[in-house]
Order: sequence, then C-alpha cells, then structure tokens
Amino acid sequence: MIEYVWLIPLFPAIGFLINGLISRWYNLPKAFIAWVACSALALSFIGSAAVFFELLKLPLELRVKIPDVILFDWVVSGDLRTVIGYKVDPLSMVMALVVTGVSFLIHVYSVGYMHEDPGFARYFSYLNLFVFMMLNLVLANNFLLMFLGWEGVGLCSYLLIGFWFENEAPPRAGLKAFIVNRVGDFGFLIGLFLIFSKLGTLVFDEVFAKAHLLDPWTVTLITLMLFVGATGKSAQLPLYVWLPDAMEGPTPVSSLIHAATMVTAGVYMVARCHVLYEMAPLSMMVVATVGALTAIFAASMALVQVDFKRILAYSTISQLGYMFLAVGVGAYSAGIFHLMTHAFFKALLFLAAGSVMHGLAGELDIRRMGQLKEKMPITFWTFLLAALAIAGIPGFSGFFSKDEILWNAFSSPKGHLILWLIGLITAGMTAFYMFRLCFMAFFGRFRGDHEVFHHAHESPPIMTIPMIVLAVLSVIGGYVGIPHVLGGHNYFHEFLSPIFKIHENLPHGEGSEKLELLLMVLSVAVALFGIFLAFNLYLRNPELPKRLSQKWPKAYKVLWNKYYVDEIYGFIFVEGSKGFGRILWHNFDEAVIDRTVNWIGSLMKVMGAGLRFFQTGFVRDYIVGILVGALILMLLIL
Amino acid sequence: MIIQWIVFILASLSAVVFALLMITRKNPIHSAVCLIVNFLSVAVLYVLLGREFIAISQVIIYAGAIMMLVVFTIMLISVEEVRKKPLLRMGAGGVIGIVLTILLLGYLGLGSFGGSLYGEKGNFTMDVIREMGPFKAVGKLFMTDYLLPFELASVVLLVGIIGAVILAKKER
Amino acid sequence: MIPLELYLLVSALLFVIGIIGVLIRREAIVIFMSIEMMLSAVGIALVAASRVYEGLDGMILAFLGMTVAASEAAIGLAIFVLLHRTYKGVKVDEINLLKG
Repeated sequence: MIEYVWLIPLFPAIGFLINGLISRWYNLPKAFIAWVACSALALSFIGSAAVFFELLKLPLELRVKIPDVILFDWVVSGDLRTVIGYKVDPLSMVMALVVTGVSFLIHVYSVGYMHEDPGFARYFSYLNLFVFMMLNLVLANNFLLMFLGWEGVGLCSYLLIGFWFENEAPPRAGLKAFIVNRVGDFGFLIGLFLIFSKLGTLVFDEVFAKAHLLDPWTVTLITLMLFVGATGKSAQLPLYVWLPDAMEGPTPVSSLIHAATMVTAGVYMVARCHVLYEMAPLSMMVVATVGALTAIFAASMALVQVDFKRILAYSTISQLGYMFLAVGVGAYSAGIFHLMTHAFFKALLFLAAGSVMHGLAGELDIRRMGQLKEKMPITFWTFLLAALAIAGIPGFSGFFSKDEILWNAFSSPKGHLILWLIGLITAGMTAFYMFRLCFMAFFGRFRGDHEVFHHAHESPPIMTIPMIVLAVLSVIGGYVGIPHVLGGHNYFHEFLSPIFKIHENLPHGEGSEKLELLLMVLSVAVALFGIFLAFNLYLRNPELPKRLSQKWPKAYKVLWNKYYVDEIYGFIFVEGSKGFGRILWHNFDEAVIDRTVNWIGSLMKVMGAGLRFFQTGFVRDYIVGILVGALILMLLIL
Repeated sequence: MIIQWIVFILASLSAVVFALLMITRKNPIHSAVCLIVNFLSVAVLYVLLGREFIAISQVIIYAGAIMMLVVFTIMLISVEEVRKKPLLRMGAGGVIGIVLTILLLGYLGLGSFGGSLYGEKGNFTMDVIREMGPFKAVGKLFMTDYLLPFELASVVLLVGIIGAVILAKKER
Repeated sequence: MIPLELYLLVSALLFVIGIIGVLIRREAIVIFMSIEMMLSAVGIALVAASRVYEGLDGMILAFLGMTVAASEAAIGLAIFVLLHRTYKGVKVDEINLLKG
C-alpha cells in the first residue's frame, strides 16, 4: 500500500478537475458536486489510514527508512534534478491523517453551510484543490515539491478568502493575505537557494545527510530564512496581519485553512527541518521567542474583540505561537501534538461560529448575541467542549498538548523560564477570552434584534454531525499523548520518536517529575482563574467590563485598534511603495526613457532631412554622384 | 616600325583634339561632326592594332548608325545654339568635377606606367589570326565560347527596337 | 610594337574628356554624345589589351559594348524626342521632376 501513497493527493486533484472543469460549462446538480468532493476526501482519508496501518506494522526504526515513492522527474536542469516524490514516515503520515480527516469533516459541513450559495461548484473545486496542495506539502520528499504545495495553499487561500468577490472587502482581504504570504515566501525561497547552492540537492534525505558539511553561519541563515516563510504562512509576528482579515471568507474556509491545515504548514516545516535547526541554536531561540511573543501578543488583542470569528482568528495566531515555542525549544513532537489537538478544537470552534451565523442569519457581533444555548443546544455543547479543550482543562485534549509544551519550555536545555512564564500567562488569557466569548454568546439574555432571536434555530444534521465528531476528537484526541508523570504512555511521542529521538533530550528523574506535576497544577490553576474572571465579568457583573474600559481608556483603545499595526504597515509599506513607484514613473520613465525614445525618433527625421539634400532631381547631380562613387571604388581597389 | 609610330601619334592626336573640340562647340551640329572624326580616328587605331573587324564595326555602327541618329535628332529637336562659350559657364560643381576627372585621368592613364600590368597571354597570335582569317577567328569565338553573350546582345537589340518604336509613337 | 601603356593613356584621355563634357554642357544631346565617346574610349583599352595579350576576348567584349551602345542610343534619342514635345528644348538643368 505504501507504494500507492501518491493516490492520497490524487483523489482531491481529480475532484478539483471534475468539479472545476465540468461546471464551467454545464450546471452540475449540487448533489453530484457534493458527492464528488466529499468522496474524494473520504478516499484520501482511507488511503492515509491504510498507509498509516502499514507503517504501524513495521518496527520503530524501520519506519523512517522507507524509501521515498518517486513518481517521475520533475525539473531536470543543469545540476538541479528534482522529482515528484512522496515520503512515508511517521511525521508525514500524522499530518496526512489530520489534514484528510479534518478536511473530510469540513467538506461535509460545507455541503450544508454553502447550500444556498450560487458559487457552490466553485467553492468545492477550490476546496479540493487546496487539500491537494496541502497534501503535496506534507507528503513531499523534497523542498521544491513542498514549496509547490506551500505556494498552492497560499493561492487557494487567496481564492477562498475572496470567494464573495462581488463585495468590496473579501477581495481586498484575499489580496492582503496573498501579498503578506509572498513576503514570507521570499524568505523561504532564499533559504531554498542557499540550500541548493551549498549542498547541490533539494531532496530532504540528501540535504539532512549532508547538512553537517555546512558551517554554522550558513545554517543559521538558511533556517532563519525558512522561518521567515513560516511567519508568513503561519501568521506569526510580524506577518500575521492577514489572518484576522481572512475571516471575510466563508466560515468553513476559516475553519479548514486558517485553523487546521494551511497555517500549520510552518510548524510542519520546522519540524521536518529539525536537523538544520538543531545545528543553529540562534535560529531556534528566534523561533521560540517569536512564537512566545506572538502567543501573548495575539491573546491580548483577542481580549477586547467583539467579532466572533476575529476572536477565534487571534486565538489561532496565539496557539500557533505555542507550536512554534515548542519546536523552538526542541520539543518537536509536542509541537506536532498541539498541532493535531488544535486542529480538532479550533476547527470545531470555527464550525460552531458558522453554525451560530447560520442560525442568526449572518450576525457576528457578540454584543448582539446571548442566550443561544437554549436555541442551539448541539452547537452550544460542542462549542463548550472545544472551549474547555483550548483552555487546557484536564481531561480534554488541549490540556495534554499545551502542558507538554509548557513543561518543555521550562525544562528543555533550549528553554527558558521567561518563555514558560509567557506561555503560562497566555494560557490564562486564552481561557479568559474563550469563556468571555462563550458566556457572551450562549449565556445571559439575548441582546440583539428580537426578530432574529425568534428565527434562531439549530443547524441541520449535515452540519452538526461533523461538529459532534470533532467534539469527540477534542476530548479523546489527547489520550494518545498522556505524559509519563500521570501514569500514561505517551504513544504520540513514541510514534514520532524515530524521527526526532536524536535531538529530544528531556530531563528525567525524581526531581523533575515533581516539578512537572507542579507546573501542571499551576497551569490548570491559571486556566481556572481565567474562566472564573470571565464568569465574573460577563455573567455576574456585566457592567464591569465597561467600567474597566473607562478606567484605562488609552490601553483599551490600543487593544481595540490591534496596536495600530495595520495602520503602521499601511503607512510604511503601502504608501512607501506607492511613492517609490510614483518617483520611478515621473522621474525615470517619463523623463529618461520617453526622452530617449523621442530623441531617436527625431534623429531619424534629421537624418532623412540630410539625405533629402542629395535628391535634387537633376540628372547632372546624379552623374556627379556616380563619378564620385566610381572614383572611390577605384581608390579602394588600387 | 617607324610608320606605326607616326600613324599612332597622328591618329591619337586627332582623336584627342577632336574630342576636346567636341565638348567646346557652341553649335551642336559642330559637336556631332567632331565626334564623327573622333570615331574615325579610333577606327584607325584599331586597324593599327590589327583588329580589322572592330575597326569596320566602329565605322559602321558608331560613326555610321549612331551619329546619324544623333544628327537626325538634333535636326528634329532643333537644338538652339548656346549663347556663351560653354567653358566659361561653369559653376562650383563644374570645378569640382574637373578636379575629380583630372584625378581619374591620373589613375587610369598614368597608373599603368611602371610595370604593374599582368595577365596571361592567350593563344591567338597574329600569325594564327592571319592564317585563319580575322573574321573567321572572331566568328569561331562567337559561336563557341561567347555564344551566350552573342545571343544576349541580340536580345538587347530587340528590346531596343521595340522600346524605340513604342516610345516614339504618337499619343492616341 | 607600341607599348600597351600608351594606348591606355589615350583611352583614359578620351574617357576623361567625355566626363568633362558630361559635367560641363547643358544640352542633353551633347551630354549624350559625350557618353558615347566614353564608351568608345573603353573599347580602345579593351582592343589594345587583346592585342598585347594575344587573345581575341577583348575585341569581342568591345564589340558587345558597341552593341549595347547602339541600342542605348536608339532608346535615349527616342526619349529626347518625347521630352522635346513637352519641354521644348531639352535642358537638363531645368528638369527636376524626381526631386525628393
């Protein structure tokens, strides 16, 4: 089965072609489109599962020695020889399972959510294309194919964010996403060029085998450049600004692309290149610091947002910061673990947002919600489970993954106390803003239009069943990674260990176990405190938040305006580029180039006028000309 | 031997003198007559060189046919006499032209002195020609080596005839 | 035997006189006659060379040149006659219809 791993990306590609090409000229029935798209994903998932089980049959060490499945030569040019090849090892299969599984559930959900939309066929073809690109990214065996997937998911993100292009905001948001991504991709490309120029190959196995030949500065530069790409794709500082705006797209798109899959590509990339990162401690420090700072920065902005999806967007940025913090301190499997659990509960949170929007006819402002748990019970209960997971309450998946990250941030030789502290504070803020959202939306009294409340209804089963599945996963998904101190066996860590084991070295022993338990208790306490605070501020004393915002108006304003980052970027980069372009236009294009071209034209005129002098029309003059010519010829010959 | 030199000098002098006369006469008929004498002198030169065929052709074609045409045309067109002497009417362009032609004369005429001429000798010595007969030799060449030019020359003449007839037709 | 160089000198003289005639004179007829003289001068050079190098090629070439001169004379004079109908006296200095 492993030799057929290339079928996994192929199915969504076929789905894209069928839905995309045929519906150009022929209006396909919605049922057909839905079946094609969803079954493509289902087949992909089954394929991933089959390969996964094949993988499990092998002993641990052999799992990383499976030869890459190579399809054909792709780019053969001079020294560069890349192939379309797929790599089967524990890391890629974990990613493939997560991507195909969550994508499948979201596809099913979308059938219900997008049912009334005229762009139904276009939506599903884009979605299938996206999954194809993402699978190429995670299954690739060389940097170039991974970059193909990298760019491809950026493209699909642009297409899907700007899906409702008739309005003004979505295309602008899509463009912003693509351009900011592009800045990151530039860094990624520089990293690729350096790798190729120093090592002569782009295939993962060969690069990592030869990596020890590089000097430390080169490796640091390469890893930093690759990380720049990751900050663009995974929305870290300073290239995160596109993600909140990306909420203009349909909600299932936000759920799939901007929560579970595309934004995790950066984390996957760092994990995949851990050999390189281990050689560059400076880069790892940068990764961890950026991750931690992003986490707390984004969480702070989520505290005051009033748009349901925006809160979740900032939460995503924050949680991605956790993942980078993990891989930055060397805890690669912890980062991937959190990637997986986050995929479950964040996707679910977004689907719940979609469900709420669907029921309230498009309302997104949480100031106009409330009391929804009576009207939308399934949505409420699934949302609650996901919120508990993300807050890190014991028993739920988020607890195990987040705690592993915090423990590693504290104890790993590359970790630091401050990093852990930032992570802890952010955990508290996470719990706070999630439950602020929960209480404001589902509890209390409805604060919006009464007509809207009257019509509010639960979503149809085609939407709620995927949510229920994801809720179950959000709860039990963490049990594959129960840490040792709690008496469990961390299957997840063990599964990924053949890849990472050389580099992961966590302290064990008596003292450290007690420390780990202590930190665990601390983080749970912080989370419970956050929930309690949210309960106080938004359920018991609803006027308190307003009094607080009036007490510190400046701080509130800064947070409300997201630290004015968008405005700063707009001024420096957008206006700067426009001004530079204007200079080039007036001072160079018009003055220099146009003048030169016109001068050449007038030169022709002058030459013509000069030559016209000889065309007198008199035979006599022509005879003289002949004479002179003959004379010259004679001079030349003799 | 000395006879040859005398004839040569007389003939070439006559040719040059009458050429100069030709370009300086006011009356075009006078110019035509001078040209005829010039052609006849050239024919004498040809005889001196032993090429009777060419000499006869020169007299018949040049001095005969062409000059007859020219005289007829002069009479038809009734060219007027020039007022002033031609040489004095020169402008700046004429002076330049004269200078250039003097240069040309230097190259052409005097360049061969000094022994820079070379070339293979053919195999039609005077004895061979005298034995074969001059016209027969020419005829033989025309019909073998120079057949193509011979035919082309006839085409040129044909074109000339047709052209002249068409050009001189009265407008309908 | 008269040396070839002298014949070439004569030929050059006649040729140059012909050119001067073309440059100086205003009437088309006289220019035409000068051109004919130039052609004849070339013939002298060719025939003299044929004598010195003991081949008949030069003579044949001169003869062909003569042929061309004859047909050219016919056409040229016909053109003069036509021009005379329009311009009443063919003065080359005044005809400049090809002025560009």
